[in-house]
Amino acid sequence: MTAFLTIIIVIFIAVAIWQMVKIFDLAQVGASNDQVATDKDNKINGYLMMGFLVFIYAITIASFWYLGDLPLMSNSASEHGPQLDNLMIISMVIIFIVQTFTQFLLHYFAYKYKGEKGRKALFYADNNTLEAIWTFIPVIVLAGLIIYGLFTWTSIMNIDESEDPLVVELYAQQFNWKARYAGDDNVLGMANVRLIDNDRANILGLDESDPNAQDDVITTELHLPVGRPVLFKMRSQDVLHSAYMPHFRAQMNCVPGMITQFGFTPTVTTADMRKNPDIIEKVENINAIRTKNRKEIEAKGTQEVIYEFDYLLLCNKICGKSHYNMQMKIIVETQEEYDAWIKEQKTFKNSLTNN
Amino acid sequence: MSAHADTHAHDDHGHHHKETFVTKYIFSQDHKMIAKQYLITGTIMGVIGVLMSIMFRMQIAWPEEPNVLFEALLGKWAPEGVMDADIYLALVTIHGTIMVFFVLTAGLSGTFSNLLIPLQIGARDMASGFLNMVSYWLFFLSSVVMIISLFVEAGPAAAGWTIYPPLSALPMAQGGSGMGMTLWLVSMAIFIASSLLGSLNYIVTVINLRTKGMSMTRLPLTIWAFFVTAIIGVVSFPVLLSAALLLIMDRSFGTSFFLSDIFIQGEVLHYQGGSPVLFEHLFWFLGHPEVYIVLLPALGITSEIIATNSRKPIFGYRAMVMSILAIAFLSTIVWGHHMFISGMNPFLGSVFTFTTLLIAIPSAVKAFNYITTLWKGNLQMNPAMLFSIGLVSTFITGGLTGIILGDSALDINVHDTYFVVAHFHLVMGISALYGMFAGIYHWFPKMFGRMLNKNLGYLHFWVTAICAYGVFFPMHFIGMAGLPRRYYTNSNFPLFDDTANANVVITIFAIVGGIFQLVFLWNFFYSIFYGKRTVQNPWRSNTLEWTAPIEHMHGNWPGEIPHVHRWAYDYSKPGHDEDFVPQNVPLYDGEEELQH
Repeated sequence: MTAFLTIIIVIFIAVAIWQMVKIFDLAQVGASNDQVATDKDNKINGYLMMGFLVFIYAITIASFWYLGDLPLMSNSASEHGPQLDNLMIISMVIIFIVQTFTQFLLHYFAYKYKGEKGRKALFYADNNTLEAIWTFIPVIVLAGLIIYGLFTWTSIMNIDESEDPLVVELYAQQFNWKARYAGDDNVLGMANVRLIDNDRANILGLDESDPNAQDDVITTELHLPVGRPVLFKMRSQDVLHSAYMPHFRAQMNCVPGMITQFGFTPTVTTADMRKNPDIIEKVENINAIRTKNRKEIEAKGTQEVIYEFDYLLLCNKICGKSHYNMQMKIIVETQEEYDAWIKEQKTFKNSLTNN
Repeated sequence: MSAHADTHAHDDHGHHHKETFVTKYIFSQDHKMIAKQYLITGTIMGVIGVLMSIMFRMQIAWPEEPNVLFEALLGKWAPEGVMDADIYLALVTIHGTIMVFFVLTAGLSGTFSNLLIPLQIGARDMASGFLNMVSYWLFFLSSVVMIISLFVEAGPAAAGWTIYPPLSALPMAQGGSGMGMTLWLVSMAIFIASSLLGSLNYIVTVINLRTKGMSMTRLPLTIWAFFVTAIIGVVSFPVLLSAALLLIMDRSFGTSFFLSDIFIQGEVLHYQGGSPVLFEHLFWFLGHPEVYIVLLPALGITSEIIATNSRKPIFGYRAMVMSILAIAFLSTIVWGHHMFISGMNPFLGSVFTFTTLLIAIPSAVKAFNYITTLWKGNLQMNPAMLFSIGLVSTFITGGLTGIILGDSALDINVHDTYFVVAHFHLVMGISALYGMFAGIYHWFPKMFGRMLNKNLGYLHFWVTAICAYGVFFPMHFIGMAGLPRRYYTNSNFPLFDDTANANVVITIFAIVGGIFQLVFLWNFFYSIFYGKRTVQNPWRSNTLEWTAPIEHMHGNWPGEIPHVHRWAYDYSKPGHDEDFVPQNVPLYDGEEELQH
C-alpha cells in the first residue's frame, strides 16, 4: 500500500515537473535573451519572500500546536530537573525572540528593497557603532546563559557522596540493560569482563572472592526509591552505549574499559506521575492512536494495545542492529515498596550456579 | 585555436601545447576543468546521498512496511521489500559520510576554491596544476572506493558517520564493521590525502599568486573564506587521518589504542588499556572544524552574491574577515561539545561550553551584516540571490539552537536526539547546500559559458526552501519529545507513538524536496549543452573572473593579467555612472578608496 502510494506520488510529481518544464520552455519563446532577473522577477520573488516569512511563522505555530507538549521541558521527575527545564525555557524564549525578529528583518528587507531599474542602492559600507551593538548584545546575553548553564552543569555533575546515595551499576551490552544494586553494604563488588563466567551465571563478571560482591543484586528492571539520591556507575561490556533517562533529565555514555557515573534524585513515583494531568492527557492521546492501529499492534503481538505510562531507560548511542530496541523499565516507588522488592531479589552469592 | 596561441607565451605552468581529449577533459591540470570535475563528481555523490536519506526517511515514516523502492535498490537487504535493520544503519552512516565529506567538502570547496581562487585573485592557474590534478583524482578514487564499499557481502560501514569504536572496530559487533568499514577507512584516508593536497595548493596560491594591487584587504570575501577553510583543513584533517590509522591498527594488527576490556559473543577479547574516548577526541578534533570547512565556503560565496545582487558593498568587510578568522580559531577549540556526556571530566565540559557559546558572537555579526547589506539595496532576485538569502535564514534558524546544544547542562537531555539532527542539518547541511546551489547558479556562466534557466531556478529554490523547513523544523519538536536518532523504528516505544504522524509529514516533505532536485539536475545538465549563451559579465559584478573571456583558455586572460586598483565591493558608489566598478578600474582623479 505504502509502496503503491509512493509510486503514485513519484509519478504525479514527475508529470508535474514535466508539465512545468514545458510551460517554462514555451514562456521563453520571444522572451529577452538573457537569464538575469528582471524587475518582474524581482517583484514576484520579493512578494514570495514575504510569503515565505509567513510560512516560517506558520510552521512554527503548527509545530507548537501539534507537537508542543514538549515532555523534555515539563514534568521532570528528578530534583535537578526543574532547574534544567528553567534554563531550557529561558534559552528557548531568547531563541524565539531572536528568530522571529531576525527572520522578519531578513525577509522584509528582501521584499522592501527588491530591485527596480534605475534605482541606485545606498553606498553604505561600514558603521562601527552598529557593529559594536550587535557584537555586545550577544556577548551580554551569552555571558548570562553561559554563567547560568555552568552553575547548573556543575551542580548536576558534582555528586555529593556524603548524602549517602544509593549506588547502582548500570550495565550495558548488545542489546539489553542490567542493573546491579550494591546490597546492604552499599558498596559494589569489584568486576571485570574478564571474570564473566556464563557457566556459573556470573554474567556481569563480578569478582567472586570480593566480600563486597556477595550481597550485590542483579536485576533487569530498575527500581528506585523516591527522594533518595542515586549514584549510577555505568559499565559496558562490548561497544559504546548511552544510558538515556529523559524523564529524569539524565544521560551518560557507557564506555568499555572505564566506569562512568551520573547521579540524580528521583522526586515523583511512577504511580504519582501516572496521575499527573499532563501525563494522563498524553497517554490518552497515545492510546487513541494505538486503538486506531489496534490490528497492526495485535498482529505483531509484542505489545499490549493499551499503553500505560512508565519511566524508561533507552540506549542513545548507536550500538548495532537492535539499538532501536534496547530499553529498560524504570520504576520509582516509595522506600517501603522498594525495600520489599529488593528483598525478593536474589543476591549474587545465591544466584551463582554450580556452587 | 589561433587566438589562444599568443596567450601561450604567458603561460608558465607547464602547459601542453597539443591538448588531447585526455589532457583536456580527464587528466587536466587546468583549475577550471578540475573545478567542473569536482562539481560533477560531487553532484553524483549528492544524488546517491539524497536517495539514501529518502529511503531511510521512508522507513522511519512507514516502519517495516514493504516498499518497492527498497526492493529495487536494496536487493537482499530488503527481503520482500522490508528494509533490514542493519542496512538502515548503513544508509544513515553512508548518507552522513557522503554528504559531509564528498558533497559539502569536496563538492563545494573543491569546486569553488578551484574555480575562483585563480580567477578572483588574478592568477593564471593554481600554484601547482599537477598537485591539483592529483588532488582531484585522489578524490575520485576515494569516491569509487566508498561506492564499492556499498556492495560488500556483509554490508557497508554502519557505525554512524562518526564511526566510534568499539562498534566500528569489531566485525563481530556488526556486519558493517568488517570489510565495509575497512573500505570506509581506506576511502577516507585517500580522501584526506586529496583534501590536504588541495588545501595546500589553495593556501600557497592565495599567498603567492595575487595579481598586482590585490592586497589581502582587497580580496573578495569568497577568497578569504576559501583561504581560511584550507588552513582549518590542513590543521585538522591530519588528526582524523591519524585516528583512522590507529583504528586500522586496532582492527587489523591487534593494538589497543581505542579498545579495552571487551566481552562480546561469548568471548573476552585481548584488548587492554585503550579508550574509545580517545578516538572521540581525535575524531571531533577534525569533526567540529569540519562543520566550518563545510560552512565557511558557503558563507564566502553568499557574501559575494549578496553584495553583487544587492548592488551594495558588503556591510562591514573588516568585521566579516575578522569573524571568519574568529570562527576558524574557535572552531578548533570547541570539539568537546560533542562529548559532554562521553564520560570525560565534567570540568572539560565547562571549558567547552564556554568556548562553544563564544562562536555565537562572530556568527551573529555575520548574520546581522548580511541583513544590513540588504538594507536599502536594489535587490536583483536571481536564483543565486534567493539561495543566499535562504542560507542566511537557515543559518539563523539552525544556529540559534546551537545555544542549547552547546550548553553542557542542556545537552544532557537533547544529546543524540532528533533535536541535534534538526540543528546540524539546518545550520550546516542545508546552509552549505544553499551556498553550493547559490554558487552554481552564480558561476555557471563562468564555468560553462551558458546560463541556467532562471525560472527553473526559482521553482527549484522555492520548493527546496519550503521542504527544507518542512523537514527540519518539526524535527526539533520530535527531538524535544526525547526521540533518539538512529532508531530503525520507534514502534518499540509506545511513548513516542504521538510523534509518528509528524514523522510521516517530515518524510513527505523530504520526498518532495528530493524529487524537486531533479529540476535542478535537469536544468544543470541541459544547460551545459543547450543553455542560453552568456554575456561576459551577466551579473554586473566587480570581481576579476568576469574580466576573463567567456571561452575558457589556459592562463585565464589573453595578454596581461588585470591589475587591481580597488576592493571588490564598489557597488553603487557615488561618482560613478554605473552601479558597479570592477576591481581593475583605476581610481579616477580625486576618488578615494574606502579604508578598511
